[in-house]
Amino acid sequence: MTDNEMVIVGAGEAGARAAAELRAQGFDGPITLIGDEPHLPYERPPLSKGQLCDVEEPAPAFILTKEKLDDLQIQLLSGDAASRIDRSRHIVQLASGREVPYTKLLLATGANPRRLTVQGNAAGELHYLRKFGDALAIRDRMKPGARVAVIGGGFIGLETAASATARECDVTLIEVGPRILMRGVPPQIAEMVEARHRQAGVRFAIGVMIERIDRDQDGYWVKLADGSFIGCDLIIAGIGAVPETTLAQDCGLAIENGIQVNEYLMTSDPDIYAAGDCCSFPHPMFDNRRIRLEAWRNAQDQGTQAAVNMLGVEPAPYAALPWFWSDQYDQTLQVAGLADGASTTIERDLNEAGKLFFHLAEDGRLLSVSGMGPAGAFSKEMRLAEMLAEKQARPDAALLADPSVKLKTLLREFD
Amino acid sequence: MTNPQWIEACEVDDVEEEDVIRFDHEDRTFAIYRTDKGEFFASDGYCTHEKFHLSNGLVMGSTIECPKHNGRFDIKTGAAKRTPVCVDLRTYPVKIENDKVFIQI
Repeated sequence: MTDNEMVIVGAGEAGARAAAELRAQGFDGPITLIGDEPHLPYERPPLSKGQLCDVEEPAPAFILTKEKLDDLQIQLLSGDAASRIDRSRHIVQLASGREVPYTKLLLATGANPRRLTVQGNAAGELHYLRKFGDALAIRDRMKPGARVAVIGGGFIGLETAASATARECDVTLIEVGPRILMRGVPPQIAEMVEARHRQAGVRFAIGVMIERIDRDQDGYWVKLADGSFIGCDLIIAGIGAVPETTLAQDCGLAIENGIQVNEYLMTSDPDIYAAGDCCSFPHPMFDNRRIRLEAWRNAQDQGTQAAVNMLGVEPAPYAALPWFWSDQYDQTLQVAGLADGASTTIERDLNEAGKLFFHLAEDGRLLSVSGMGPAGAFSKEMRLAEMLAEKQARPDAALLADPSVKLKTLLREFD
Repeated sequence: MTNPQWIEACEVDDVEEEDVIRFDHEDRTFAIYRTDKGEFFASDGYCTHEKFHLSNGLVMGSTIECPKHNGRFDIKTGAAKRTPVCVDLRTYPVKIENDKVFIQI
C-alpha cells in the first residue's frame, strides 16, 4: 500500500476528516491535503454563531492542529488552490505551478455562497458568509446600534440575524419566499423560529422581492418591490450555496447538481471520489433519490466513508440519515431525515423542553423528525426520535404524540 | 492539590437506568451515569469537544453521546469513541453506600 499516494482537494470538514480517517484505517503512504485558505482546517458552524458574537477577536476552531497533522504525517498545502486535474497523468496542479501526483483523489471542494443579482450602485458591496475571513469582516461591522439587513431566511441568514441581535444591532431580515426556512424545515418550526426572532426585536420583510440596493451618504438603501426602503449600514446575504465543481467539470467528470458520485462516493472516474457539499449522491433510504446536502455532519461522515472506500479494503455505501442543526438565541433546531413525501405530521409537545414533529409517509414509515427547543432535555428526545427514523420504523401515531410514552421504549420495539 | 476525597453526589434513585444526571460541586460539573446493567459511573460533566453538558446526552448501554455533535464516550473508561471527539473524558471512582452515590474527586 505504501506506493499509493492519497490526495485530497479541499481542507474543510470533509477533507480534513478524510485525511485523518485514511491514517486511522492504517494507510501508511503519503497523504496530501490541499486547501486554498491560509488556515489549518477549521470548523465552519461557529462562523455564523459564536464567532460573530465573540467580544475578543475569535480564532478558528481547528479540526486538525499542527501537532495532529505532524503526528498523523499529513502534508497540508494551504493557501495554494488546486487549479487543474490531469486525469491521464494522475496529477493535481496547483496555482503555484506545483504538481501533486495521486493514486486516489478526493474532491472535497465544498460550495460557495450564491451571489445576489440585483440592480443598484451597491449591489457589489454585500457580505457573504462562508469562510473565517468573511466572519471577521462581518463581525467588525456589527457594532452596537448598527443597522443590519440580512437577505435570506435560511440557516445562515437566521443565525446571522440572531448573532447581530446579540451584538445589539438593529436587524431586518428580508426573505423573498413565502416564509422563512422553506427548504427542509416544516412550517410549524419556521413559525416558532420567526416568533423567537420577533421577540428578540428582529423585523421581517417576507414574500417581497428586492428591486435595488444603493448607497448614499446615509448608508445603504434596500428598495423592496412594495416601494418601501430599508436603510442599513451592513448587508449580509445568505441565499444558498452553489457546489464548487470547476475542477471536476474541467477534467470531464460527470456533474449533476454537484459532482456526481455513486453510493460509494466514487465519481465517474474510479480513481476520484467526492464528499461533502460539492457532491450529489443516491440515498438508499429515500428510494435512491439523488440528493446533495450542505451539512456539517454529512461532510464529516462522507469524508470518513470516502476515505475508507478510497483504500478499497472494505468499501461500503454511504447511507447516513441526513441531519441538520441550527442554534439561534437559546434555542436549538434539528432536522433528521427528509420530510419530502410525508403525508402526516404528528406533534409531540414536550412543554418547556420544546416540540417534536414526526413526518410519516402514507404507509406509516417515519421519514423525518424535526424539532426545536432549548438545548438540553430537548436534545435527548430529539436523538431518540432520530434513531427511530434511522430504523425506518412505523411507530404508532398516538404513542408518538403522547409525551408520557418514552421514545426509548418505542425504540426498543423496533430492535 | 488536596487529596482525593469522597463526595456525595446523589441518591441511587435520582438516576434512572441507562441515563445520566448532572452534578455540580464547588466550581466543577460532573456527569453521574447509571448503565443499562444498573452500574454507576462518573466523569467530567463537559464534552471534551465543546463545553457542553453531557448530562443532556443520551446513554445507550454503557455509551454516552454528546447531544451537541454526537461525539461518544465509553462511560466506564472515558475513552473517546466517535468523531468529533478525540480527547478522552476524565472519569472518577464511584461507590454506593446506603443508597447514596459517592464520587472520588
